[in-house]
Order: sequence, then structure tokens, then C-alpha cells
Amino acid sequence: MSTRISIQRVDFDLSSEVTALKTSAVGAIVIFTGTVRGDDGLSSLILEHYPGMTEREIARHVEEANGRWPLLGVTVIHRIGKLTTGENIVLVGVASAHRQAAFEAAEFLMDYLKTRAPFWKSEERHGSARWVEARGSDDAALSRWRRAD
Amino acid sequence: MTLLYFAWVRQKLGTGEEKILLPDEVRTVSELASHLHARGGAFADVFSDLKRLRAAVNQEHVSWDASVRTGDEVAFFPPVTGG
Repeated sequence: MSTRISIQRVDFDLSSEVTALKTSAVGAIVIFTGTVRGDDGLSSLILEHYPGMTEREIARHVEEANGRWPLLGVTVIHRIGKLTTGENIVLVGVASAHRQAAFEAAEFLMDYLKTRAPFWKSEERHGSARWVEARGSDDAALSRWRRAD
Repeated sequence: MTLLYFAWVRQKLGTGEEKILLPDEVRTVSELASHLHARGGAFADVFSDLKRLRAAVNQEHVSWDASVRTGDEVAFFPPVTGG
């Protein structure tokens, strides 16, 4: 399985990420992208992370996904720094022979990114900044992947 | 030992990183938090309610009873909000 993990300030290009995941054995590619939602007068976000731990934490979860589903390629890109409404924040791309594994692994990776990867968002509205609070629904989304064993 | 702070923890404390000598009596992450709380001021404020905080030792999420040793990198931060 090929893995690409990138924490970056610059934007990413969807079509080139799809192309990079395409190999002859691949039959399904699922790409999730998250963008900055402009609700409640939000003008921008500032994303901070824990360099070193972020990459390790994501790599661990990619490995776990690879153990659960027959994956051929995984790409995780997360942007940091200041992002304005409509900009891309995150991309999770999963390539597999068949769609079910690709869909499930992409969801699994996003749920883990939301609740375990050390990123923090500060929102700017009408000129004042506020740290985003973690949401219980994200923890609930994560719990469905916990195994009984 | 290196201590790292992120997000509002970093902002309230006015620093993102510091080096400290680990006191002999501090053996766990929660004892380290109590030790920092005892400094008073912004530290007393930040470490007054551990339910609002999370911790990592050597770049791995840990629970409050995890042990800490000289040379460890310990980070304190709010629950994560990426993605």
C-alpha cells in the first residue's frame, strides 16, 4: 500500500490526488474533502497542530485502516495556518480494488482525524477569535469503529 | 523534560514550550499537572480543571495516570478539533 501524509499551508489539487492514487489494481477511489463553512458570520479559521505527533498519529491510523480493509493507497492532507471561507481544509483519499473498502476506510480515517489527530481550530467572526470546542458527536462517530475484541 | 502547550492552553500560559527539571515526587501526568497548578497565576487557572485538558507523552495520547520520566516530552492541550 502506498501512503502519503502531508501537513501543509498550501492548497491541494483534487484531480492530481486522484491521479496519484490510480494504479492498475485500483478499481475504486474515494476522496473526502472538508472545506471552511461560512456559517454564523465566520470569516476565517486558524489551524494549529502538534508537529511530529500529528504525522505519527495519522500514520498509526492509516496502518490500522490498512489492517482492516484491503487498501492499495491512502492520502491524507491537512492544511494548517489561516484559511478563509470556502477553502479546503482536509483531504482523505483511499484507493482499493472495490468501493466498499474505500468508502469505509475513508470514513474511518476521517472519524479518527476529527477526534485523535492533534489539530486545533480558532474561528474568527466579526474581528474576534475563539477556540472551537470539541463536539460529542465526533466521539460518538469514532465509537462505532471500536472493536469488541 | 520538555513541556509543550497548544491552542488556548498555550495562549493562556503565554508560552508554547518550556524545559523543566522533573521533581522526584512527580511520577504521573496528573502529578505533573498538580505541580504546574501550584505555580499559581495562569498555571493555576489552566490546570484547575483537568476535564478540559488532554495530555500526550512522547507524542502519544495518554491518560492522567500515565507515568512521566526525565527526558520525556509532555504536551497539554484541549480536546482536538481538526478535520
